[in-house]
Amino acid sequence: MGFSMLTADIAQVDRWRALRDQGAAGDEADRVALIHAGAQRIRRSVVRMIDSARAGHIGGDLSVSDILATLYLGVLEIDPAEPTQLDRDRFILSKGHCAAALYSTLAECGYFSRDELGTFMAPFSALNGHPNRTKVPGVETNTGPLGHGLPVGVGEALGLRLQGSSRRVFVTTGDGEMQEGSNWEAIMAAAHYGLSNLTLIVDRNRLQQGARTEDTNGLDPLGERLAAFGCEVREIDGHDVAALLAAVAPSSTGKPVAVVAHTIKGKGVSFIEDRVEWHHKVPTAEQVVLALAELGEGA
Amino acid sequence: MRVDEQIGYDNRVAFAEELAELARADERVVAVCNDSVGSSNLGAFREEFGDRLINVGIAEQNMVGVGAGLAATGLIPFVCAAGPFLTGRATEQVKADVAYSQHPVILCGMSPGMAYGELGPTHHSVEDLSWMRALPGLDILVPADRRQTRQAMRMLVAHPRPTYMRVGRHKVPDVTTDGDMLVHGRIDVVRDGDDVTVIAIGTLVSRALSAARALADDGVSTRVLNAAWVAPLDRATILEAARGTRAIVVAEEANIAGGLGAAVAQVVAREGIGVPVIPLGLTQFAPTGSNDALLEHVGLTSGSIARVAAQALGR
Repeated sequence: MGFSMLTADIAQVDRWRALRDQGAAGDEADRVALIHAGAQRIRRSVVRMIDSARAGHIGGDLSVSDILATLYLGVLEIDPAEPTQLDRDRFILSKGHCAAALYSTLAECGYFSRDELGTFMAPFSALNGHPNRTKVPGVETNTGPLGHGLPVGVGEALGLRLQGSSRRVFVTTGDGEMQEGSNWEAIMAAAHYGLSNLTLIVDRNRLQQGARTEDTNGLDPLGERLAAFGCEVREIDGHDVAALLAAVAPSSTGKPVAVVAHTIKGKGVSFIEDRVEWHHKVPTAEQVVLALAELGEGA
Repeated sequence: MRVDEQIGYDNRVAFAEELAELARADERVVAVCNDSVGSSNLGAFREEFGDRLINVGIAEQNMVGVGAGLAATGLIPFVCAAGPFLTGRATEQVKADVAYSQHPVILCGMSPGMAYGELGPTHHSVEDLSWMRALPGLDILVPADRRQTRQAMRMLVAHPRPTYMRVGRHKVPDVTTDGDMLVHGRIDVVRDGDDVTVIAIGTLVSRALSAARALADDGVSTRVLNAAWVAPLDRATILEAARGTRAIVVAEEANIAGGLGAAVAQVVAREGIGVPVIPLGLTQFAPTGSNDALLEHVGLTSGSIARVAAQALGR
């Protein structure tokens, strides 16, 4: 298509690798602290990106940050220096509007330079408001319209299994997104095909763009519904890194795993948390300072 | 005997045979379908290749997403479903997961046009070309006969690209010969002429050739182009026809709103060439009838093509 693709920041890849290895070598508490610190860096990066772009989806970015940090610092078998090698774990952020959190995470891993984050949503930037795999290494498929990531993840899980690979596929959806029928088509297929190499993580922050999910088109009992569709369901606090690490462990039943990660939209910034209007509201300059302070800047 | 009346071949048979041959030679080749094992002619493929046929059930959105995911792991998926459901139900998946994401999925619209005849407009795939043409980065291919169907599939396995391909059910005679090569993005001149041009695809190529023979009897020299590639569009060959003949008739088993005729008209108008471009196709939901009867009803016969071409020349 003639787009220029961003390229890896090898020095940052080395820093990320050292951090990941340090986490793997340390005891549980050290590992959790290291991932939590990573999640806070992602959150601060998100706030700066949204401040500079004067646009973005801050509430969902902040709710999904611990999930992203856990996967990229503690779970995924990936090589950001060789992002397209076939033998890799795959992660799809189906809630593509939370691109700022994904970009911050990918830059943390060195898929591209952190300097690029300053171009978020700027004219002709590779960092569009929704992720584009033809421009951004580490993005597995283009998302934005909801209900697309999980079907693609099912295809990847099938493709890896057909080729005898033991690599795994992780898909994170929003919770409002589970109102899309295509997700349930995909879950039925994942269960039918026994895709134990597929893990769905639902960022269950209970808010969608316009209102609470339960006041819009209720999802509860979400865990029971996922179980009824054939998933091995794990319900956890989606901000508890130790719980997240345990929840994304491989399937123990041969079924696809569905993690209902109970989160708080806007997590980490008191005046944004659990408020529907912060779906895509942009903080003022004063609020940016407050938010960064609450997220541990300079601490 | 008119070509319309000759015995023809169901392209799905060639499709199934070629898919099996390709799958034997290349382990990356897989098939995906939406419960359409029978109508997509994949029964033998399932017998031979087992889990390399992925049947997702009646769930076209998931089907196209699964195709994109399979392609993302290095496989070459032929995603097969009746044209209307593949392109209509899953339009956004074709846009976001295949065209925009550039996952090399081969989308096979089975039994396109009005092949389902009496089943009615819900089952007709006459909007597919308009819908798919609106998507950048997606090739659109309408093989005219069994040979082109096979050539297209071999080409796509050698160089996988995001592609929508019609696989015809309505029996068509051979219009290509062994020496004919399918070249990516090239419109083929299947008969030369300098009075009028007929650009045709799929079921209409043999009918256009038949019309050209009838016109020759009346002293009209007709150029016939087989536009197997609807996208990317071969502008040069269209412009040669616009400059080298006095009118262009475009015949397609599709809606004229946004179809090949619209594409040709846009190319010709852009250059300011003052020849009429006359689209032949559908403008309404079709009434109840067989495929042949409906082609007759909407004026997609050799007789209609010849009549319209002659009228365009003022004869």
